[in-house]
Amino acid sequence: MDFHTFLIQLLNGVQYGLLLFLVSSGLTLVFGIMGIINVAHGSFYMIGAYLAWSLVGGLGSFWIALPAGIAITLVLGLLLEVLLIRKLYDRDHLYQVLLTYGLILIFEELRSLLWGDDVRGVPIPEVLSASIPLTETQSYPVYRLWISAVCLVVAGLMVWVIQKTRLGMIIRAGSANREMVQSLGIDVRLVYRLVFAAGITLAALAGMIASPVSAVFPGMGNQVLIVCFVVIVIGGMGSVKGAMLASLLIGLVDTFGKVLHLEVAGVKLLPELSSMTVYLLMAIVLLWRPEGVFGRRP
Amino acid sequence: MIKRRRFLKGAAAGAAVAGAELVVPALAFAQGAKIKIGLMLPYTGTFAPLGVAIENGFRLALQEAGGKFGGREVEFFKVDDESEPAKATDNVNRLVNRDKVDVVLGTVHSGVAAAMIRVTRESGTLHIIPNAGVGVATGALCAPNIFRTSFSNWQNGYAMGVALAQRKNVKSVVTITWRYAAGEEMVKGFKDGFGKGAGKIAKEIWLPFPNVEFQPLLTEIAAAKPDAVFAFFAGGGAAKFLRDYAQAGLKDKIPLTGTGFLTDGVLEAVGSSAQGVETALHYADNLNTKRDNEFRLAYAKTYKLQPDVYAVQGYDSGLLLAAGLKAVNGDASRKKELIAAMEKTTVDSPRGKWRLSRAHNPVQDIYLRKVSGTDNKVSGVAVKALDDDPAAMAACKIG
Repeated sequence: MDFHTFLIQLLNGVQYGLLLFLVSSGLTLVFGIMGIINVAHGSFYMIGAYLAWSLVGGLGSFWIALPAGIAITLVLGLLLEVLLIRKLYDRDHLYQVLLTYGLILIFEELRSLLWGDDVRGVPIPEVLSASIPLTETQSYPVYRLWISAVCLVVAGLMVWVIQKTRLGMIIRAGSANREMVQSLGIDVRLVYRLVFAAGITLAALAGMIASPVSAVFPGMGNQVLIVCFVVIVIGGMGSVKGAMLASLLIGLVDTFGKVLHLEVAGVKLLPELSSMTVYLLMAIVLLWRPEGVFGRRP
Repeated sequence: MIKRRRFLKGAAAGAAVAGAELVVPALAFAQGAKIKIGLMLPYTGTFAPLGVAIENGFRLALQEAGGKFGGREVEFFKVDDESEPAKATDNVNRLVNRDKVDVVLGTVHSGVAAAMIRVTRESGTLHIIPNAGVGVATGALCAPNIFRTSFSNWQNGYAMGVALAQRKNVKSVVTITWRYAAGEEMVKGFKDGFGKGAGKIAKEIWLPFPNVEFQPLLTEIAAAKPDAVFAFFAGGGAAKFLRDYAQAGLKDKIPLTGTGFLTDGVLEAVGSSAQGVETALHYADNLNTKRDNEFRLAYAKTYKLQPDVYAVQGYDSGLLLAAGLKAVNGDASRKKELIAAMEKTTVDSPRGKWRLSRAHNPVQDIYLRKVSGTDNKVSGVAVKALDDDPAAMAACKIG
């Protein structure tokens, strides 16, 4: 691999990592702050992608579809919290897994009824459809760079809200000691409702903005779900900083795991074992810091 | 689940997954009179549309035969295989041992089909595979009672290889696919075919199944600068690959080729990204033969849907079985004669006439197709009357 190709692969890795951050950041919020294991997180990614497909088709513009989709998933998130999730705060994690697993099945069937089982595609918005030539054969779509920019903005917003605002202070306090915050006269339930809705909206947003470079197809959410949990485990529960670091690490490890050639004592390791590199990384981090890189020590 | 129930309600035969338990005792009296056909196909999950198309095609063949095979009525027993290899043995056992069907038709997923073969080889139940291209089905695991009406993975890869080998300007090719049985068999076929020319395989790229993060691998392809790329992906993965390939600016610089599954069923989703992509498959749009036009019209009239390659495979399964049962006057217990009649049949398929190889795989023309609009337009025949992989044939001990 020459230096030029190495730089392009570095860009690929960082870009994939940033998208991973956007998908998993919602899970960090819901899991890390509320303590809810939401295995249906991937379904919201899929719902976002399908919303983008049908809204872009119906409204004609990606830029109108985006806020409309965000509004729809926010409402969906609030409804789910009121109807289902709030009954789970004091329950064991097993109940949460059972309920949200049920949601996966329900959302898959609803998707099948509403949108069918065909593979769909969302066109790249006109203004971002250009490509930047990198080499004589390869060019880089501007849209992918835009995705990276959105991910950075979302990350910045999350850090700002959680660290610098009054709402963020309540969220942090609530995750540390729920009863104490409540006894101070603050309505923690409302805050949790917002956090849950924001969490799944982030997943849906990721699905929406990824839909033009991905395709829209059944089961697409399950593919991202596992890697989202890997991000949380490596980064540490509830740490936005950790999620960012873990996403970038995974992006780079996955990218270079696929293209580097590594042979030890005649046994081909890479790229033959590229499907394992991400999980090896997780295992190493768990051995070194079981609570994740930026996780709180219990 | 909702979908399954809805589907059952609409199913004409009514004898399906849940219903089978109720129907079996009632039918015991009718035994001998009716031919019992077990449909083990995916009715839920990603492959559900394929299962439905296969059943539709099969029923169309039955309808055209006057609703009877060999003069006898047909009774259907249905199982949703969910494309789940772990449940495959139980599912096929239900049809073979409990419902005691005369014929099993199944399935789409190669892993499930492989598990089915292990059971039907034991029981000797007549088994028709309407899709799964896994090599061993008509190779090392072939059996007198097992037939395939679709393709072997090797065939379509080989045909694309032969087509590229004939092009003077294609000296190096990069292959890219998922590392699992179907991908490996198609790439093997491609290498066997392409190896007949002077060109070289510059690089083989493999992804873990069903990973769709193609970007780093596209950079590898761009750096290798081959004269063409051979790819196999399917469904959502295929759609994403076609789009990523075009967006990376590779489409106009390095021609993309593949097996037909790369561009079947995804052209609406990928828009202009797939224009000009060449693939090899045993069926194509716009074949424009009298036989194909008749079939497409009849299918569209019956189901209000356009047929696809899967519908053709289901239809051909019906034609093959009809020919066999006609020879024994519908008496499925005369298995030896039934199998001999099927082996001798030339199936007058919408894809063009084909017959069975010694190992019971179609010997068929493989078409070269080029994407134009939302069609895989036929541009010629890549290989005429192509038999299966010689290595698989050698491993098959029947015939």
